Amino acid sequence: MTFTLAIILAGIVMIALNAYVLLAGADFGGGVWDFFARGDRRQAQRDLISHAIAPIWEANHVWLILVIVLLFTCFPAAFSTIAILLHIPLTLMLLGIVLRGSAFIFRSYGSERDTAQQRWGRVFAIASIATPVLLGMCVGAVATGAIGATAVSRSGSFVSQFIDPWLTMFGVGVGLLALALFSFLAAVYLTVEAEGTELQEDFRTRALWAAGAVFVIAFGVLALSWTEAPMVRQMLMAGPWALPLHIVTGIAAITAIAALWTRHFRLARVAAAAQVTFILWGWAAAQYPYLLPPTLTIEAAAAPNRTLVLILWALAAGACVLLPSLYYLFRVFKMQRRS
Amino acid sequence: MGMSLAFHILFAVVGIGMPALMVIAEHRWRRTGDAGYLELAKRWSRGTAILFAVGAVSGTVLSFELGLLWPEFMKQAGPLVGMPFSLEGFAFFTEAIFLGVYLYGWDRISPRAHVIAGVLVAVSGALSGIFVVIANAWMNTPRGFTLIDGKFTNVNPIAAMMTPAAFPQTLHMTLAAYAATGFAVAGIHAAMLLRDPRNAFHRRALSVALLVGAPAALVQPLAGDIEARYVARQQPAKLAAMEGLFQTTRGAPLSIGGIPNENERRTRFAIEIPHGLSLLAFHELDAEVKGLDAFPRDEWPPVAIVHLAFDTMVGLGSFMALVSAAVLILLWRKRDIISLRWILIAVVLCGPMGFLCIEAGWTVTEVGRQPWVIYGILRTADAVTPMPGLIVPFLTFTALYCFLGIIVVLLLYQQVLRSPREGETFPHQTDAA
Repeated sequence: MTFTLAIILAGIVMIALNAYVLLAGADFGGGVWDFFARGDRRQAQRDLISHAIAPIWEANHVWLILVIVLLFTCFPAAFSTIAILLHIPLTLMLLGIVLRGSAFIFRSYGSERDTAQQRWGRVFAIASIATPVLLGMCVGAVATGAIGATAVSRSGSFVSQFIDPWLTMFGVGVGLLALALFSFLAAVYLTVEAEGTELQEDFRTRALWAAGAVFVIAFGVLALSWTEAPMVRQMLMAGPWALPLHIVTGIAAITAIAALWTRHFRLARVAAAAQVTFILWGWAAAQYPYLLPPTLTIEAAAAPNRTLVLILWALAAGACVLLPSLYYLFRVFKMQRRS
Repeated sequence: MGMSLAFHILFAVVGIGMPALMVIAEHRWRRTGDAGYLELAKRWSRGTAILFAVGAVSGTVLSFELGLLWPEFMKQAGPLVGMPFSLEGFAFFTEAIFLGVYLYGWDRISPRAHVIAGVLVAVSGALSGIFVVIANAWMNTPRGFTLIDGKFTNVNPIAAMMTPAAFPQTLHMTLAAYAATGFAVAGIHAAMLLRDPRNAFHRRALSVALLVGAPAALVQPLAGDIEARYVARQQPAKLAAMEGLFQTTRGAPLSIGGIPNENERRTRFAIEIPHGLSLLAFHELDAEVKGLDAFPRDEWPPVAIVHLAFDTMVGLGSFMALVSAAVLILLWRKRDIISLRWILIAVVLCGPMGFLCIEAGWTVTEVGRQPWVIYGILRTADAVTPMPGLIVPFLTFTALYCFLGIIVVLLLYQQVLRSPREGETFPHQTDAA
């Protein structure tokens, strides 16, 4: 593997997607736990979630915008194909994003009347569940090669072009996996946020359940890949990175569960994030060197070199502003309990 | 897409103007210790938060929609206009981060750091607007490539950002954002003051809002002049449509109002000022102005819409500039403008005008560019997605946006504009002014 400009930028797209999954993914997961808030401490659970999400969700959200902007600037050919064929799930996902964000802010700033609050809470929770599933389905559609293999033509039928590529069992499986992973991340993060209260135990239990769900769904998806995504399966089983990646993913998963079990929550947080990261990069490695398997490679989809070079400079300059600011944000809001 | 943009532009504009109000109010509070300004800063920051959140999600929708609706445009233009969009992404990111710090950090960071966070929100908000307008400017005056066989080759994203339309458009739009937000807020508080002239809360709000809105509205006609002269040179068909000018003319008159008829090729019932257009567009009494007859019929924008939108923008904008001049003169002479009912009424009238101007101006620049999506290069019809049934997402998003719009307005009223109630942090007092 040679590090061309296109490969480096594809890597940066993956890093941004990774950040989105780790940060915003947990915000979505928070919405899931808002939906499943149960028991005497129902309201306390919701308050904790909302308190944890409020200062950071908008900043987390921008990672997705970065992914999109980088895709259309650096890989315009792939972007336009994705935008045409995944029009429907992406539009639904957008609806989910709009409703979730607005519902959250309306709930925080809305009237004190309980009914209105509850209604927005419902919208927030349901949109938080639907959006990750749709995101996962889009990823699944790319991974199976359905997007890369479908040629758009005026003569093709609507269903075969705009529905079939993404509405598959495998796609649904990946969608559910995304949902389970996001819920797992959120529950683990919340155990740290809830330090020293009964809530911590609530979210510990939830995190363990979610870990179980991740495990079951992940194997289900792998089984489905036998028939539906043979190329991905082959690389996942036999590619040059397959074994080491499986080993580190496994270690991270076991560490996360063990740390939750023994109540080492900070360690669990690191391990859970690592586990999700390895799963994501496993997918990327499995379809390398294709951006849209089975035809479009990263190199072939890339924009002219001049654009890529400039974008790299812009990213470097942006990072100089962004990373310190982001560090500051998280230091102000996420490290206060140490004192 | 048009619907999403028309909706997003309003939120984006308030998102640029509102942080400025918020920071000025906080700065005044820190300097004078007047709790009224603290209450204002807190309320405006809540308004900023609501609008920023809705602006953030509607902006995300846009970044997707560019591709979902115009895949062919993005495929060809992505490498060229991606640059300003990436920079916009970073500006937006910075804004999101410091808004989080500002909103939730009142008692966690030092006062100085807090004001700085607010300033950063305002600056990065303005910057992100500027970058988006640069991308739009490129669609009006595409630069930075050589066209070979209908493909962009030899692309140069820096040249694409330095496109001739970039400076006049960003200047005009940024001023518009401050003028519209400033006057919208001022208008609402002026209306409250008409009913309750001694209310100290509304007095302070009005003074800060006018401080932002009036100077911007006053210099806006100058920026408009720069913009118009660039359009005359770079997009003569747009200028001809703006003026409803069908025949190429030396010493062309300025038409105000009237109804352009594309089939009869004339604009009826207009008030004409002799030589006015030549003078404005080229600063010469007898300069030749190209009419629509200089362009093939299938390259005309919809003349009537563009002409009426342009007149609306100029008419309302001029009124706002006049009111601003009056306000600034009165303030300079240390008159208490709140006791002058006519000026309050004028400010109330200006309230919605800034937004009408922005929508009208947006219509001029976008509809005036038709039938092109990239001026002179790619037709809108060729850029649209091949997916059928686009009316469904269009109607869905329209309905959703209308719904969100209503809720946002209700929330803003509750959280920001309503007079403080008894027992709120800001005591219900009347100033002996």
